[in-house]
Amino acid sequence: MYALVDCNNFYASCERVFQPELEGRPVIVLSNNDGCVVARSQEAKDVGIGMGEPLFKCRERIRRHRIAVRSSNYALYEDMSRRVVQTIMRFIPDLEIYSIDEVFLDLDPLAGRDLETLCRTARATVRRWTGIPVSVGLGPTRTLAKLANRIAKRSPDADGVCTFPTDETHRTRVLESVAIEDVWGIGRRWAKRLHRIGIHTALDMSRAPATEIRRNFNIVAMHTALELRGVPCGELETDPPLRQTLVRSRSFGSMVSEWDDLSEAIASHAIRAAEKLRHENARAGHLTVFIHTNRFRDELPQYSGSGGCELLPPTSTTPVILARALAIGRRLWRAGFQYKKAGVMLSEITRGPTQGGLFEQRDERRDDRLMNTMDRINLKMGSGTLRPAASSFTPRRWTMNQDHRSPRFTTRWDELPRTR
Amino acid sequence: MNRPSRPDSAAPTVARPLLASRVEAGFPSPADDYVERTLDLNEEVITHPAATFFLRAGGRSMQGAGIHDGDLLVVDRSRDPEEGMVVVAVVDGEFTVKRLDRSEHGPILRAEHPGYAPIPIGPDTEVVIWGVVTWVLHRP
Repeated sequence: MYALVDCNNFYASCERVFQPELEGRPVIVLSNNDGCVVARSQEAKDVGIGMGEPLFKCRERIRRHRIAVRSSNYALYEDMSRRVVQTIMRFIPDLEIYSIDEVFLDLDPLAGRDLETLCRTARATVRRWTGIPVSVGLGPTRTLAKLANRIAKRSPDADGVCTFPTDETHRTRVLESVAIEDVWGIGRRWAKRLHRIGIHTALDMSRAPATEIRRNFNIVAMHTALELRGVPCGELETDPPLRQTLVRSRSFGSMVSEWDDLSEAIASHAIRAAEKLRHENARAGHLTVFIHTNRFRDELPQYSGSGGCELLPPTSTTPVILARALAIGRRLWRAGFQYKKAGVMLSEITRGPTQGGLFEQRDERRDDRLMNTMDRINLKMGSGTLRPAASSFTPRRWTMNQDHRSPRFTTRWDELPRTR
Repeated sequence: MNRPSRPDSAAPTVARPLLASRVEAGFPSPADDYVERTLDLNEEVITHPAATFFLRAGGRSMQGAGIHDGDLLVVDRSRDPEEGMVVVAVVDGEFTVKRLDRSEHGPILRAEHPGYAPIPIGPDTEVVIWGVVTWVLHRP
């Protein structure tokens, strides 16, 4: 038996814990760059604010409904997420942190206990200790636990916790009520193709022959079909999964057009990505750089470009990654456009010692020592103390817009909540 | 004090004491036998890390309880509020520190300063107990 714990409107709920004046008011949280809506309180959903809506399209409704607007405050959300997980662990120790606001629990080691009651206790404790409301769905597979969680959220009778039904008629009715695009792991593209072969609901998917799904799609889709039938596929990943790709990107505070500004942004992303890679003792075999203009400003000329190169041998060395990223960026850049976003992606990530190429010219061990020293100094003296000269000394136009960020209530001594 | 960390590294930090003297072959300092671990204030002050938050006290309403403007409050949300405890409460959408007490009309939040009237807790007041204050750090 599995359970999925999902924090309700997580970012908005975090804001509320420390700003009780937001209780009962619609709250929205904006993306990294204050560009669009990434989280909404129930009240904000109720007045029709959509997920991902650009901020400028919401202005009128924000005024009319007195919606509280906050920039994302990841320091706060991460700390609260950690507290939620720690609290759940007191009750159910085997868990997989699936995202910042979702945790899968493995309930099999607790077999014989009243699992739903245990989950209700855990839910109430999380609410009291951290202030964060959560919903819990239980099911024989993760896919069904995710479906049960939907019911826990939507049905007032469930009171926040729901076990996927075991009796056949009830089970069939629930599966029938779920559209295929709402099933965990089924994207919009797959949903379209599934509709074409007559699969419209979770029930259809669970009844489709597994081999046919595998032939038409892939093994992941087949696992989804099996899991909908109640056959678990795959273990919980109680150790964090090793990442396959690493992306660093950010929208610019105001659009930039000059190569100087754009290159600083690309350099900064490349440096941060390489640092992260070394932190995970990993190396990347491929590098991609992308830039694009603002697609919401259709009165402006639009352009987007991306390009990549192999990294042979796989590397995590800053100067190598930085030089390649800038070379690619320079090829992508075109004069006369207003750029909104730039980013760097590292992929084909491997761990452990490299196989040195026969004709490699760089001394990888020397590189490793240099990078190690740089990382240690940066860790001690503050990020960015030592950096290659290609990234700027002062933050320029491309740093983030965060006009509405609340204080980092739990991670900064000078930003603690105050009593009156 | 309580630095944010990933769940997997949530174990308390262990500070390792430096040896009191340099190691010189042949002449160990007798004091080295008494080296103990260092004291970690978190151990004394925080019982439930996941439920413990720090707040900054403002105003003079709790001077009588030894809580002054700017003091650091350690607030444990896992503790059940009981009569006589100092609590952080939300009154009209704002945080306030008061002592949870009882009057003849029912539970109240009592200030410890003559200039402040008690706040009744009842069905028609918007009062929520947010957490229990377990420690106050005051700079003398």
